[in-house]
Amino acid sequence: MNVYDLPDQEGYFGPYGGTFVSETLMAAIEELKAQYEHYRQDPEFLAELAHELHHYVGRPSPIYHAKRLSEHLGGARIYLKREDLNHTGAHKVNNTIGQAMLARRMGKPRVIAETGAGQHGVATATVAARYGMECVVYMGAEDVRRQAQNVYRMKLLGAQVVPVESGSKTLKDALNEAMRDWVTHIDDTFYIIGTVAGPHPYPTMVRDFNAVVGRECLTQMPELVGRQPDVILACVGGGSNAMGIFYPYIPQESVRLIGVEAGGDGLSSGRHAASLSAGVPGVLHGNRTYLLQDAHGQIIETHSISAGLDYPGVGPEHAWLKDTGRASYVAITDEEALQAFHTLCRLEGILPALESSHAVAQAMKMAPALGKDQIILVNLSGRGDKDMATVAERSGLHL
Amino acid sequence: MSRIASTFARLSGSNRKALIPFFTVGDPLLESAVPTMQALVSGGADILELGIPFSDPMADGPTIQRASERALQNGVTLTDVLAVVAEFRQTDDVTPVVLMGYANPIERLGLDAFAAQARAAGVDGVLVVDYPPLEGRFLKAALTQVGIDTILLVSPTTTEQRMSEIAQLATGYLYYVSLRGVTGAGHLEVDAVATQVGRIRSYAKVPVGVGFGIRDGATARRLSEIADAVVVGSRLVEEIEASAPTEVPRRAEALMRQFRHAMDGAQ
Repeated sequence: MNVYDLPDQEGYFGPYGGTFVSETLMAAIEELKAQYEHYRQDPEFLAELAHELHHYVGRPSPIYHAKRLSEHLGGARIYLKREDLNHTGAHKVNNTIGQAMLARRMGKPRVIAETGAGQHGVATATVAARYGMECVVYMGAEDVRRQAQNVYRMKLLGAQVVPVESGSKTLKDALNEAMRDWVTHIDDTFYIIGTVAGPHPYPTMVRDFNAVVGRECLTQMPELVGRQPDVILACVGGGSNAMGIFYPYIPQESVRLIGVEAGGDGLSSGRHAASLSAGVPGVLHGNRTYLLQDAHGQIIETHSISAGLDYPGVGPEHAWLKDTGRASYVAITDEEALQAFHTLCRLEGILPALESSHAVAQAMKMAPALGKDQIILVNLSGRGDKDMATVAERSGLHL
Repeated sequence: MSRIASTFARLSGSNRKALIPFFTVGDPLLESAVPTMQALVSGGADILELGIPFSDPMADGPTIQRASERALQNGVTLTDVLAVVAEFRQTDDVTPVVLMGYANPIERLGLDAFAAQARAAGVDGVLVVDYPPLEGRFLKAALTQVGIDTILLVSPTTTEQRMSEIAQLATGYLYYVSLRGVTGAGHLEVDAVATQVGRIRSYAKVPVGVGFGIRDGATARRLSEIADAVVVGSRLVEEIEASAPTEVPRRAEALMRQFRHAMDGAQ
């Protein structure tokens, strides 16, 4: 493979990406682009970021050999990149720290965010508290109901949580609402997007801040097992944890990269959130990418047991990795993810987020058919404490 | 001369400014669209802006978003919007019609197919909210081929450099977004708008319209002293929302008449 240096100047990964926003946002986007371009190469900025990731987040996160799970499946050896052990319990904080540091340097005292499962909202509220910034989080009303614990966490951290009642009342509607806030308060507000989507430079910026995950794996895997893994698995909603672990591995062509989308009730049911597996390219939320849409170009309501994957689009770089074949994408159903959730709890004493359970489920599917010499690395992107009520409800219990 | 250019020429001859109402096709019903268009013209509208419903209208406030949701519940598609224009053209071949919407439904239909069908229906201009000039260049090329104007936005935060670039590309008229925010917000500062419109005029070769946040005749009147056109969107959509479906054309016409009188009093 040639040197991978995407996106191009206009924020394109092949035909995907770009800057599809109203003129009212262009000045803010141009400013962000220029500032990010400057600070991404600024030694002082990078040193502070490294310091924060080490002392505040607790990086590097370990890689753990899930021996009992591997033996139970009787095939490939499964390793987990423990992003669930980060401060706030997911990979999301890698990105929010970077963007909040940028916001401070740009003189913006107010940050806003959209959130689905609430993990990005919590990570944003956390860094806003850490840096003394005002914080408003937009969250679909349906997600507010599903993720009550995270809503309370955000409030404890001093953030204002705004339930969004429009559309499907989930992540995409929260994103619409955050964009509207941004355009109204452009002078003092920084919009911290939580995934590798949105107008350029967000897909690149969020990828870069999360790429610390993949970079750590590049050094940790040889230390642990003497080589790089054969397969890397990560769940994909918008795709930030997947992009974070995939990106440093793109040039390592012997490593298979597989993104795991939310299959909901199954792709044939139509009730899912698998944009790459079942969508077609279009324009939404500032970028061109694969979308779940009807024949007339209207965005379809999605379904997943996991609020964090319940999104009708996907980051444009994933769209490009799919088209070029460098990564492949599969779907895992709600039921399979739940089984993986319980299995990991029982066999390894690790309670994974329902999002990450999709990647674990794919590992469980693949491992038995692979030899014991094969190594699967799963990005365990978050912990599942926030999902206990959802899981209990599925088992007919009420906490 | 295009319908848009001849409309502005005619108005300029009588020292009047263009009144441009906006509503979403399919709100409250698909069947009410053509009667509403005709009523708006009777009430004094010079150009009609028709919203193409979209599931995720990011740049719009709650009022127009609800209108979009109602239209989508009625199953209204881009093809239906084009059919509405074609039907309107059977009785009105003079009033310009501008379609306003988001990129995805247009891309789904295909840029060339959309341009051809819009031309056949009698569309005069197209404004795609999430196509800044760079991303919208392919649609603009397709529309230019069939003689349809591409309406571009300028905002309060648009830099001088971009303003001059956008003005170079503009056809039909330029649409100045008169406040920071989404459609229907309500904190418009007329003096600031006057300064900005003055700057746009120094670059623009086409008329300059002002929209976003124009809620009453008095504001429309003051803006018509500054700009070539005044766009009334959310205020009209609110009127439609508050009306029984059969009453929509009558109330839309009455509202237009108020704005028309206020603006013409300015001359």
